[in-house]
Amino acid sequence: MADPIRWARYRWQRLISTEGREVSSSSNSSNKCYQSPKAIGKHRIVIPCLGHFKEEYEKVSKLYMNNRIRTTKYTLLNFLPRNLFEQFHRVANLYFLFLVVLNWVPLVEAFQKEITMLPLVVVLTIIAVKDGLEDYSKYKMDKQINNLLTKVYSRKEKKYIDKFWKNVNVGDFIRLSRNEIIPADMVLLYSSDLDGICYIETASLDGETNLKQRQVVRGYSEQVSEIDPEKFSSRIECESPNNDLSRFRGFVEHSNKDRVGLSKENLLLRGCTVRNTEAVVGIVVYAGHETKAMLNNSGPHYKRSKLERKVNTDILWCVLLLILMCLTGAIGHGIWLSRYSEVPFFNIPEPDGKSIPPALAGFNMFWTMIILLQVFIPVSLYVSIEIVKLGQIYLIQNDVDFYHEKTNSTIQCRALNIAEDLGQIQYIFSDKTGTLTENKMVFRRCSIAGQEYCHEENAKRLESYKEMDSEDEDSADVQCGSSTHMSKWQGHNCRVMNEPLNRRSLHHLSGSYPALGGEDGAGDVPHSGHVAFSSPIETDVVPDTQLLQKFNQISSHSYEQSEAASSKLSLETMYITDFFLALAICNTVVVSVPNQPRQKMRPSSLSRMPIKSLEEIRQMFQRLSVRRLSSSPLPSIKESPSESPNSFVSKLSVFRMKLASPALDEAAQRAAEPHSTEHPEGCQVPPEADTVNVAADSEHSIAASPGELSTVPKLCYEAESPDEAALVHAARAYKCVLQSRTPDHVTVDFAGLGSLTFQLLHTLPFDSVRKRMSVVVRHPVSNKVVVYTKGADSVMMDLLRTASEGANNSELEEKKIKETTQKHLDDYARRGLRTLCIAKKVMSDDEYREWLNHHFLAETSIDNREKLLLESAIRLETELTLLGATGIEDRLQEGVPDTIQALRKAGIKIWMLTGDKRETAVNIAYACKLLEPDDRIFTLTSQSRDACGLVMRKILEGIQKNTSARKKPSQKIRNVSANPSTQAPGFSAGLVIDGRTLELVLHDSLQNIFLELTEKCRAVVCCQATPLQKSVLVRLVRNKLKAMTLAVGDGANDVSMIQVADTGVGISGQEGMQAVMASDFAISQFRHLRKLLLVHGHWCYTRLTNMVLYFFYKNVAYVNLLFWYQFFCGFSGTSMTDYWILILFNVLFTSVPPIIYGVLDKDVSAEILMQLPQLYMRRQKSVAYLPSAFWMTLLDAFYQSLVCFFVPYFTYCGSDIDIYSFGNPINTAALFTVLFHLLIECKSVTWIHTVVIVGSILLYFVFTLAFGATCKTHNPPSYWIMEKQITDPVFYLVCLLTTCVALLPRYLLRVLQGTLFPSLVLRAKHLDRLSPEEQRAALKRCKDDCIGNCRVEFQTTSASSSSATGAISEEEIIASVLPTSGAPFQACSRDGLGEATSFLPDIQDESGNTNDLNSEKTLFLNSLN
Amino acid sequence: MKNKTSSLPQEGEACPSRCPDNSAFKQQKLPAWKPQLNIATVLSIFFLTGAFCLAVGISLVLSANSVREVQIDYSDQCSDCSKLRENSSNWYKECHCSINFMLKDDMLGDVFMYYGLQNFYQNHRRYMISRSNEQLLGQNVNIGNSYCAPFATYANGTPMAPCGAIANSMFNDTIDLYYIRNSSVIQVPLLKTGNSWWTDKNVKFRNPISYNLSSAFAGTARPPNWQKPVYLLDEEDERNSGYINDDFIIWMRVSAFATFRNLYRRVRRVRQFADGLPAGNYTFHISYSI
Repeated sequence: MADPIRWARYRWQRLISTEGREVSSSSNSSNKCYQSPKAIGKHRIVIPCLGHFKEEYEKVSKLYMNNRIRTTKYTLLNFLPRNLFEQFHRVANLYFLFLVVLNWVPLVEAFQKEITMLPLVVVLTIIAVKDGLEDYSKYKMDKQINNLLTKVYSRKEKKYIDKFWKNVNVGDFIRLSRNEIIPADMVLLYSSDLDGICYIETASLDGETNLKQRQVVRGYSEQVSEIDPEKFSSRIECESPNNDLSRFRGFVEHSNKDRVGLSKENLLLRGCTVRNTEAVVGIVVYAGHETKAMLNNSGPHYKRSKLERKVNTDILWCVLLLILMCLTGAIGHGIWLSRYSEVPFFNIPEPDGKSIPPALAGFNMFWTMIILLQVFIPVSLYVSIEIVKLGQIYLIQNDVDFYHEKTNSTIQCRALNIAEDLGQIQYIFSDKTGTLTENKMVFRRCSIAGQEYCHEENAKRLESYKEMDSEDEDSADVQCGSSTHMSKWQGHNCRVMNEPLNRRSLHHLSGSYPALGGEDGAGDVPHSGHVAFSSPIETDVVPDTQLLQKFNQISSHSYEQSEAASSKLSLETMYITDFFLALAICNTVVVSVPNQPRQKMRPSSLSRMPIKSLEEIRQMFQRLSVRRLSSSPLPSIKESPSESPNSFVSKLSVFRMKLASPALDEAAQRAAEPHSTEHPEGCQVPPEADTVNVAADSEHSIAASPGELSTVPKLCYEAESPDEAALVHAARAYKCVLQSRTPDHVTVDFAGLGSLTFQLLHTLPFDSVRKRMSVVVRHPVSNKVVVYTKGADSVMMDLLRTASEGANNSELEEKKIKETTQKHLDDYARRGLRTLCIAKKVMSDDEYREWLNHHFLAETSIDNREKLLLESAIRLETELTLLGATGIEDRLQEGVPDTIQALRKAGIKIWMLTGDKRETAVNIAYACKLLEPDDRIFTLTSQSRDACGLVMRKILEGIQKNTSARKKPSQKIRNVSANPSTQAPGFSAGLVIDGRTLELVLHDSLQNIFLELTEKCRAVVCCQATPLQKSVLVRLVRNKLKAMTLAVGDGANDVSMIQVADTGVGISGQEGMQAVMASDFAISQFRHLRKLLLVHGHWCYTRLTNMVLYFFYKNVAYVNLLFWYQFFCGFSGTSMTDYWILILFNVLFTSVPPIIYGVLDKDVSAEILMQLPQLYMRRQKSVAYLPSAFWMTLLDAFYQSLVCFFVPYFTYCGSDIDIYSFGNPINTAALFTVLFHLLIECKSVTWIHTVVIVGSILLYFVFTLAFGATCKTHNPPSYWIMEKQITDPVFYLVCLLTTCVALLPRYLLRVLQGTLFPSLVLRAKHLDRLSPEEQRAALKRCKDDCIGNCRVEFQTTSASSSSATGAISEEEIIASVLPTSGAPFQACSRDGLGEATSFLPDIQDESGNTNDLNSEKTLFLNSLN
Repeated sequence: MKNKTSSLPQEGEACPSRCPDNSAFKQQKLPAWKPQLNIATVLSIFFLTGAFCLAVGISLVLSANSVREVQIDYSDQCSDCSKLRENSSNWYKECHCSINFMLKDDMLGDVFMYYGLQNFYQNHRRYMISRSNEQLLGQNVNIGNSYCAPFATYANGTPMAPCGAIANSMFNDTIDLYYIRNSSVIQVPLLKTGNSWWTDKNVKFRNPISYNLSSAFAGTARPPNWQKPVYLLDEEDERNSGYINDDFIIWMRVSAFATFRNLYRRVRRVRQFADGLPAGNYTFHISYSI
């Protein structure tokens, strides 16, 4: 679904990186001779750079980039021109450049030529220094990376030699050892791992710390010795460089024209780290900037904040005003000149002796005025805004409240320029899983073969966890957090549990510790991430007693004795066995041993294990099963071996497996050791003493007592999704332990049956289209091909084997199971659990072979691979047998309901967009207070666009009827609470919509009515939404409602939504870092959003708006002084202040205080802001920065400038004052006015403010005094002015009087505001001053006030809800629309094919649920009654 | 919660860098003065300020009232001369005019004599910058590059000293004050020097260094509107001649407004004028410049 976005991004990147395009296109043209014409333009050929390919290699590879990277924008030579060029892309800079140029025109020059350049030069220098420093750090980084060493095969020396990264070329062979970083994208050709696996850690790429497996290219994995580059004679053909990390397509063509497909499983990506693998060899296919990692590195993104856009419009206003003023000056000058019949003395003629006519003089004067009044457009504003934002971001990042101890993470601000947008958010779009919930999956319930096991003991355990302090979890995290801690802990643990073991093993264990610890310390970097899966909440599952009982029967002798039990029971047993096998196998979990992290628990010799033993078992099993079959009363069971596991139990003790080769895995050995010693009755002990024999009978007693669970060897499961981990842990609780996983084999330690090694034939990974994953294994016992599938029930139920006509017993049974399971699933969903269906399918070898042929074709194709693979998977996943279902709980994150309530009180609408089922989503919504019990819930589930539109219109009409009836009370509320919100007052509703209906609703014709409807609802829940739908929704709201949107999510599926929203917040959680990478702010907990928005959003917005307004004020007030003087100097463009002081006034004397003000001002304290979310409401409508505020500010500025000019004017009018002595008090008074104005506006004055303001004043005096003493030859002369005036009492009196009179109105306004009409913010500010007790009481009063208002709303709501009870007739309408509109619906949504029939039951189900939940009220308003 | 605090240092060890400092600045908890505008404080501030302003105002008014000023507009009374001057071809012609006035009361204390101009835009931007400060400092500069044009050099290349429009348009009426007592006319002694700022006279304006004044200005010519060269501005006192002439310095300090006055002379308090100007009849003798 996200493909279009990805495609667009890719296209864009290709467009901008012209270099890359050139390379690829030219290389393609040269490749023509090797390529079929069709493939040209898409592929690249990689040839090893060795002798027999020399010419070909040079032809092809010289056009590829080498591995040197340069991420810097500038070089030493081009820094100045390029930086300037970039800076002049800013309109403001261009404007000032224009002024500078203008000043060089003699006719219009206003200042000395150099002076006009000063502000521009200052601004450009600041930015250039900033850019330069940034670039320099990049350069240093690049250099460091380029000069890393790696081992590259050299032809000359016939061995691997050290080379710099930057000298690596495409076609080079590279040999890497453990823990080395991969220098370029390369295809894996050899791994020291005997299975041909290489483990890599992709943390630097996507932040995921779990290990990924990569495989040696097929055909090379069999080699025992290391690959010899000299003998490599194949050619690799693959895609041209692209940025898709999850895809790599290509093939290796051997010299005999055999082709072997390549996938991303064969590709080692640049920047990843090799782990757990001694040595790997690969051939470089992409290098340098063409590697996927580099192509993905798009750099920081630039978003423009709403405020900045408004500032720009206001600057346009300023330009308009400026032009107006300049026009006044020009016309005035013309008129003034024309009054003189002859040329007066003071009007100097041109050098040629003639004087220009008044009209032309006026025209020239216009431009002169523009130069003179240039400060009107605040050039320093942009620089100041940037600095202030940096300061704000710095403070946000340093907020200790955002620190999350468990993950040791704090907030990351990735976008630097939209901090103030946080203060204006109107809509929050939230993901559910991992965002609202912890994404810590806890196995809660399961249903097997239609029988529910509700795991009450486990639920009790979870309760106790919730009550417990977080200490336990902490300690568990610490334990997994760093390897050294962990090994200590683990060691301790082991010792305790090993106490009853025999001497030999104990001795062995303790002996191995020091070595282990040393290796830990020296070896791997500690991994702090990825600890969540190991918290005891998730890992410890207390088995259900009932199920455990049944389960034990599988393995117990007693069951074997009662062999002739009923078929029902044995069938159920079969189901249970398969169910847990599926849980353990059907996943992509990587197994490792925690006390030696990154060292997987791996029977590495397994793949080479003589097939004899398997064969042996099989034969034995068949022998047994024959017996079993003959005695079975159910002839229909064809998959007999696996269905009757009980029968071979007793013999399984002969099943033997070799756990670890002595040379490799000490850890595996160690981990296995306790296991072996637990079962001292092991039968055959091979000479190496490292084989393990699993005895079935002793297992029983252990499994029966949950208290001994810890004796199971501590394995660490690293899953891509927490669900998988939860399921594997659940299986483990039932002694069905996933022991190891290699690409070819999965070993499961099954309680009663011992270790079973499944040959892993295929893994069909999970994708969002199929919504399921499958593994194809060859069952070791039955030797049949078995497909285990798990997936969402919505898709799985349709794939089940349907009972044919004349169904026999078992099929009827299956049907029954299906129905009861569906019931259980619905129940799970209502409880807010995540549901998964588990199914299996047994294939005959012929069927499998047939499928395999198709699948192989799909795998090797390059162009349509995804599609073909998808089709292939769909072909496989049919005719399934339902085994059961699981319910996994995803616990709400800490503080989520409080946060949501607070955000809603702040007037923010919260939408929940999730891919989960509706019931699950609605339940979570209630749990996190997104929906209130009193809310009316409208559920939109329609099959066609028409029906959907109809329903929405009905609902709207209903709402309008409701609200119009309640107009009066609502108005009263409005007056009381003074917080008009967009939603209809006196009415609170929630809207639930599912993915398919969303598809319809997002169509153009329904968008408007949908938005209208959502505006009336205070919460919207979108379930089963795809990532694309999420982003479309966000864009819709953002564009159509012109609202400020914030998207918060944690997973890759939220990335598009995060990018589209005005503000994207990523939660650094369990699902990797993609969301964080795409986000503007990354937090670790959803609850941090509260402080981020309510406090920092409020502050940042208030501060920045106030600062911007202040900047406008400051500039206008100051420049107008000059303007007023024009009326007294014949509009000749004279300034009464020295140019230097004039220019420096803005740049130096009054620039720092507003910045400090913008960074540090605090109108209300954080505590109060947190407790009174209502304060946020004003910000949303950008009250602080309305046009009226802007114009009021300008008006004030005009007034103050008038005062500042005319008080000195009337003082000195008619005296012998000279021009600069007149300008000096004006300037000084203006400085005082401007600075004290800031003091009036400041809500809190700290010592920093004081220092800065006093410093500014001192600086001004020092500068003017120094300047006045030294500028003897300066023209125009302002020599000794300040020195003279500073001894003159009139100067002080003028300054004092001017400042007072100028500030009086602003002061008066603030006083009146504070006393007569205090705003909410002001009142909150007053709270700050109270003592803690008083504050508490006042806050309570404040809250009561609000709740009182809310209560009125609720009362009206509940009254209305009783009136609307027309649900049934509404359903009839929808039902009648349904059949006719099947066709358009299918066109809209492709995955809803099978769902058309389930629509009606859905609704009935919904209304039926209302009683038992007592919270969800489904109402379909009906206009008919 | 108790446990959390105990486990915190442990966490800190593992991750010294990530956890932000809990300092007042970084947590934005600096002690701050939050000015609160309530009735009591505001009113008291208002009244205090008001009282202060009132006091200052009263004292200012009182001191202003003690200043006596006689203003005589002579452009009408000397209209003949004005008319003569209107025709620019007559600029070289001398013209004299006398104005009588009577002081009813004594003018005690220091008496200053100003000349005032109306509607003379000395603050015109291009007029204002039409000067060369380097030249006025006595430095030998090429004034062709300065803002003096078109009053920088003559057509034959001779530089003007001083250059520029301000200097060229210098006020050059000579005003003498006579006291008429019992039909005897006594010239009131007037001080020509000490009227300008000390720094101007001693730092900012310097004559070129030479053995005598006229040689210092050799090779330069007077501005076109001037009757005599700059080194003859005060023929009696060489220390008041050239660029450091007080009248010239004062003129060069351009005024802020189109209507302005400049200090011309101070009454020298000797003999009968020791206390200022006694009441009686006086005559201004104005000679339009030579």
